[in-house]
Amino acid sequence: MSMTDGPTPLRTAAAEQAAEDREASPKAPGRSALRQQGKRKSGYFSDRWHALSRQQQWAFLVIVVVLAYLLPLLNPPIITTEPGNNFALACFDMARFALIAVGLNIVVGYAGLLDLGYVAFFAVGSYVAAMLTSPDSPYLHIPYLWTLPVAMAVTMFFGVMLGVPTLRLRGDYLAIVTLGFGEIIRILATIIPAMKGQVGFQNVGHPPGDGADGTPIFSNSNGVPWYWLTLTIIIIVTLLVGNLERSRVGRAWIAIREDEDAAEIMGVPTFKYKVWAFAIGAAVGGLSGALFAGQVGFVNNQKFDVTTSILFLAAVVLGGAGNKVGAILGGALVSYIPLRFTAIAEYKYLIFGIALVLIMIFRSQGLLPARQRLLAYGRTAMNKITSRDATETKDTDKPPAGPGAHAAGQRGAEA
Amino acid sequence: MSSEERFSGPGGVGEQSVQDDTAQETPAAPVAPELDMEALAEAGVDQELAEKVAPDRDIAVAVGDNIVEVQNLTIKFGGLVALDNISFNIKRGEILGLIGPNGAGKTTCFNAMTGVYKPTSGKVVLEGVVLNGIKQHKITRLGLSRTFQNIRLFGEMTALENVVVGLDARHRTSVGGALLRLPTHTREEKSAIERGMALLDFVGISSHAHVLSRQLPYGFQRRLEIARALATDPKVLCLDEPAAGFNPAEKEELMALIRTIRDEGYTVLLIEHDMKLVMGVTDRIVVLEFGKKIADGLPREIREDPRVVAAYLGEPEDDVA
Repeated sequence: MSMTDGPTPLRTAAAEQAAEDREASPKAPGRSALRQQGKRKSGYFSDRWHALSRQQQWAFLVIVVVLAYLLPLLNPPIITTEPGNNFALACFDMARFALIAVGLNIVVGYAGLLDLGYVAFFAVGSYVAAMLTSPDSPYLHIPYLWTLPVAMAVTMFFGVMLGVPTLRLRGDYLAIVTLGFGEIIRILATIIPAMKGQVGFQNVGHPPGDGADGTPIFSNSNGVPWYWLTLTIIIIVTLLVGNLERSRVGRAWIAIREDEDAAEIMGVPTFKYKVWAFAIGAAVGGLSGALFAGQVGFVNNQKFDVTTSILFLAAVVLGGAGNKVGAILGGALVSYIPLRFTAIAEYKYLIFGIALVLIMIFRSQGLLPARQRLLAYGRTAMNKITSRDATETKDTDKPPAGPGAHAAGQRGAEA
Repeated sequence: MSSEERFSGPGGVGEQSVQDDTAQETPAAPVAPELDMEALAEAGVDQELAEKVAPDRDIAVAVGDNIVEVQNLTIKFGGLVALDNISFNIKRGEILGLIGPNGAGKTTCFNAMTGVYKPTSGKVVLEGVVLNGIKQHKITRLGLSRTFQNIRLFGEMTALENVVVGLDARHRTSVGGALLRLPTHTREEKSAIERGMALLDFVGISSHAHVLSRQLPYGFQRRLEIARALATDPKVLCLDEPAAGFNPAEKEELMALIRTIRDEGYTVLLIEHDMKLVMGVTDRIVVLEFGKKIADGLPREIREDPRVVAAYLGEPEDDVA
């Protein structure tokens, strides 16, 4: 196993020169140069973020999370949506959209599968929560909190059901089929008697607990506890999605997005991972649907049309497809803008349409562009490379004079 | 692996070309089951690094038996016969060249072997397993890996991540395991970085491990493709015109790399246009023309074969008339 012999003959000065000529940039093996080269597209914030140490990142995150939890209590002027809309409820709505965007981001941003019918999973989640808790439903009743995992399981099942036959399609064809699926679910809710069409289900359940005055903590009019619950779920989901991203699953998804055929030939079971993306994305959508049903307390067939699907997609693209933090931001924004500027709420589709066009022109990667980090121990690897580069430059003070000089220097260093 | 001269040092590489075909033609005596660690160390083998690159490799392989058998392979696209009843074998531990003029069916043959195309008739056998109808990613796991004529890296991934995708072909972490960061996942992720870096080192581009692959210089992209294919731990590595677009100096380095890969115990199938490269590096050559096999033999024989000469240079006008 002549591993040390491998690189040496390949590193002649001629080749490095040729490589440099094509690259048209000096090969400075320092950390900053590598970063610059590697992440030109990933954006200012992303670069700043990854330049921070682990402790700084955690400290920053803790502050952001605490502020996020306090947001409805602080009710900051200017930012607040009042008097038009209750700010706590607005916060919940933003969190709901953010959660949906995180889920859809898995499908669209990571795996690159254009899903125009994502609202269907949201609808399924809502109906699961409603039909298992509302007194209008003749079926088995379970405590509301149990409907969250059940909704995820059921929507996951729907995701697989939709995925297995359709994920052999690509690009535009998949988009059309998912669009159709979204409509099918909505129409089924209208025509199946058990789903009660426009009449819907009243008094959907909510988490247990009563306040001091005897009213439930999780009442329909009190957004704060709902917001906190949803925010907590977002944090958990984001952490778990981050785990997936930095694993073979995330790498498989990105590989599929980049070049599906090449991924398959490199041993990625592309079909299996596409179905997984659909299933996991669907589960998150269903979870959000169940939360929505609980908060609003009423589910009928009117809230799950195609335009809502497009709005979800807009949230992901706006925030930065492929970036979970961007998706959260995008989701929150898409919900926030019509609530804050009620005068223009009627024109929200027009506004988001224009905003999307502008974003595509000026920031084609979305508001928060970020490259996916696909290695669980990427930071360690980066440090290793950097330190090695440092020692190499120390060992070979002068640039290699002729073929083999560099190699000889290395040999000397090893001996 | 067995003999000292297979660890050809960097000095010998440049001069080694057409002249020492004879040395290449007798690839290797059967490998002794027990490796002489001292001899390896003397030859400059870094055992530790080698272990990192391929901890599970079965190094003691018998050279000479057929690892891949292509049997009566025919591929038709509608009325067009792209491959017409092709048969050849790839022997374990050799570098087999697959050459032919443009449109001869070389890449089609590759695609049929790796499962991209379904053979109209005939079959491809890898170590006794018939590959017909097996999904592409499973063929890769069985040990047949390839690079692409037109580079097809995952552009938005770094060089290291590209290689780790290849390594994932041998990983066992499930989606649940990744979600909850179970010990298998942690162990595999750590070893993946070590092995990925060692592979990048092996092809000589580890200094660019953190560069997005689409921003790598062209020559590095070609090398990265080879590293990614090697990462799947193949038994047979199929290289589809790996030297396309290279200058002579880079071609020589590539030849050295391909030889080193063979010396590591991989079997290599090489499609190439450049006759100098093919003649210099291969142990045996199969020639295709218009979908038919017209020759199969040692480089020396191929060079003198009148049909091959005719295919490449055209026949003298007298003969045509």
